[in-house]
Amino acid sequence: MRRTIATAALAVMLTAAAGCGGAAPGPDAQARGEITVWYSNNLEEVAWGKQMVAAWNAEHADQKISAQEIPTGKSSEEVIGAAITAGNAPCLIFNTSPASISQFQKQGGLVPLDTFSDGTSYLEGRSGDVAEQYKSSDGKYYQLPWKSNPVMIFYNKKAFAKAGIDPTNPPLRTDDEFLATVRKVVAAKGAQYAILPAPSNEFYQSWFDFYPLFAAETGGSQLVADGKAQFAGDAGRKVAQFWRTLYAENLAGKERYTGDAFADGKAAMAIVGPWAISVYKGKVDWGVVPVPTSSGRPANQIHTFSDAKNVAMYSACKNRGTAWDVLKFATSKEQDGKFLQLTGQMPLRKDVASAYPDYFAKNPDYKTFADQAARTVEVPNVQDSITIWQTFRDAYSKSVIFGRQDPGTALEEAARRVDQLASES
Amino acid sequence: MTVTSNPVIRETPRQGISGRRTWFGRVIGEQPIGGALVAPYVVFLLAVFAYPLGFAVYISFHDYFFAAPGAIVERPFVAFDNYVAVLSDAAVRRAFGNVLVFLLINGPLTVVLSLVLANALNAAIRWRTFFRVSYYVPYVTASVAVVGVWLFLFNSDGLVNAVLGPVAPDPSWLVNSKLAMPTVAIYVTWKQLGFFILLYLAALQNVSRDLYEAAAMDGAGRFQSFWNVTVPGVRPATTLVVLLATVTGANLFTEPYLLTGGGGPDGASASPVLIMYQRGIEQGNPDVGAAIGILLVIGVLILALIERRFVGRED
Repeated sequence: MRRTIATAALAVMLTAAAGCGGAAPGPDAQARGEITVWYSNNLEEVAWGKQMVAAWNAEHADQKISAQEIPTGKSSEEVIGAAITAGNAPCLIFNTSPASISQFQKQGGLVPLDTFSDGTSYLEGRSGDVAEQYKSSDGKYYQLPWKSNPVMIFYNKKAFAKAGIDPTNPPLRTDDEFLATVRKVVAAKGAQYAILPAPSNEFYQSWFDFYPLFAAETGGSQLVADGKAQFAGDAGRKVAQFWRTLYAENLAGKERYTGDAFADGKAAMAIVGPWAISVYKGKVDWGVVPVPTSSGRPANQIHTFSDAKNVAMYSACKNRGTAWDVLKFATSKEQDGKFLQLTGQMPLRKDVASAYPDYFAKNPDYKTFADQAARTVEVPNVQDSITIWQTFRDAYSKSVIFGRQDPGTALEEAARRVDQLASES
Repeated sequence: MTVTSNPVIRETPRQGISGRRTWFGRVIGEQPIGGALVAPYVVFLLAVFAYPLGFAVYISFHDYFFAAPGAIVERPFVAFDNYVAVLSDAAVRRAFGNVLVFLLINGPLTVVLSLVLANALNAAIRWRTFFRVSYYVPYVTASVAVVGVWLFLFNSDGLVNAVLGPVAPDPSWLVNSKLAMPTVAIYVTWKQLGFFILLYLAALQNVSRDLYEAAAMDGAGRFQSFWNVTVPGVRPATTLVVLLATVTGANLFTEPYLLTGGGGPDGASASPVLIMYQRGIEQGNPDVGAAIGILLVIGVLILALIERRFVGRED
């Protein structure tokens, strides 16, 4: 009987504790020893990851890193989510999507980097003002802004020249100029389509059609700010109408293309980041311009989507002291320089354009992207982030791509649902 | 005149035996070796089907999300809230409607084509083995690879539209809200056909030759033999084919995910499992995903009962 009462009391205490919410206390932030890290599976990042791990292990025999590529799944986020639930996530993942941070945080899967005495100062010192976009709603940093791929418009110089357009300085600054130019290119059969962003319905596809132009049109606004959807206003409508015109006139394709439409000459333009420079090298004679705006803002005022991936520390990590040291080592000026050299992607440092002058002197193609990297917009770091993006994508797909509803009405309806989601979180 | 009668075989009354059995005897049953042989599969069923199904029911009645071990989270009981959320979600309702369209096309088409082709392949025709293998190849080929071929076939510049010329649909098949789901249904029918032909081929071996000879003697032609002998003769296989086609259709995921770019256009080919993946895994709401899954299980069971009532009835 006594045992029953004791068990019941313990159960009541545990239930009461559970009712308080919050994460279980984790291991000591100073604990040191061996750790595991995951990195992306593209060849360039694997090469960088291997040299980084080798460099660390050579100096730290008692705190070695075991590294591997993120296991394959439908998406990295799905694999990471499963690893968090199973309790076997690594200490660090060098490819954490900012859109998934709120979900991983809710799962109790992340370590706030503010836990470390120099956490906030290191992170803000490295990334500058841009770091603010990566702060979670509780005011903590659960991710270190690592690298961005600022999205710009690549165009095929030969296709433009075929249409009689100056390939070195094509008129693509305003929405109207852009439309007039691409009409000429398609009419001259420079390519079947002007541009072919994936018209499919995955939640993240809007990051590569609507969102960069929305960021530019608004001068740097996120999709959701202060708990309210921002996309149904005048700027959002203009951008939606711009894309609607492209789809309605068949300048943008509504069907999925299984290859690379730009490299294959199917589309005269692509909307991608600097990672694509090495991909298109030798295949397309390309030029690059910022995304257009209705008023034709100057290039040095154009914002765009960052397409960033970050580093997060996962709560299954035991040796968090080592993990934090590795995180600082891997994002040091030296390692960021190696990352830039090996991948062409922009480290999310406040001084990236001036920090590596030799590299940008030797690789002027990348300099444009380094300048653009100073003006990037991230996905909003809010709860239900992916549900919000899917809600937006459904409305965009229905109205803008397939023309089954007025884009303005569709955006308003989606905004009401997004406001509701944002207020519930 | 000798009158004979069949010997009466009397069963030993079980009551008397079981009354004397110990509890251990009752647990292991009358056939302990048989029980031991069946046990691994029972364990497999419990671990892989029964437990996850029970857990899914539990999840669907709670505000549930996956959390890290040791994380203290609240998962309160929410009664039917998740089901209300699911049923009031237009995308979910549309997905269930889409899958009904799919089943209405896929089910009859699968039964008719696989039975006719199995019947043809069962006859002594030339190149029989070649045809049997040809029909089976799509079934064993990964969907990801085959989808690529279908994208080339059915896009606006594809082979199908080139053949159709001016009567080709606009918008094209996979981006046409009326044709996307039927195209997916035809794709799945084609891909699964080899397996169902195999089932019918096995069933056809059990239809007695005597019945065909008797029908021929009664003056039945080829079609009459097929209709009056073959079709009733393979009815158990037809029940199985209809049931398996229904289950396959209800689990539709890869095709809308890959062929129509995530259930497009505008949700016209979204399936309940695709929505379940989006809501449950991508968006981190396994409670909502579980509710969709349970509704799907109930739907499949109802359909299976109806099919058994009409297709599997005894004459």
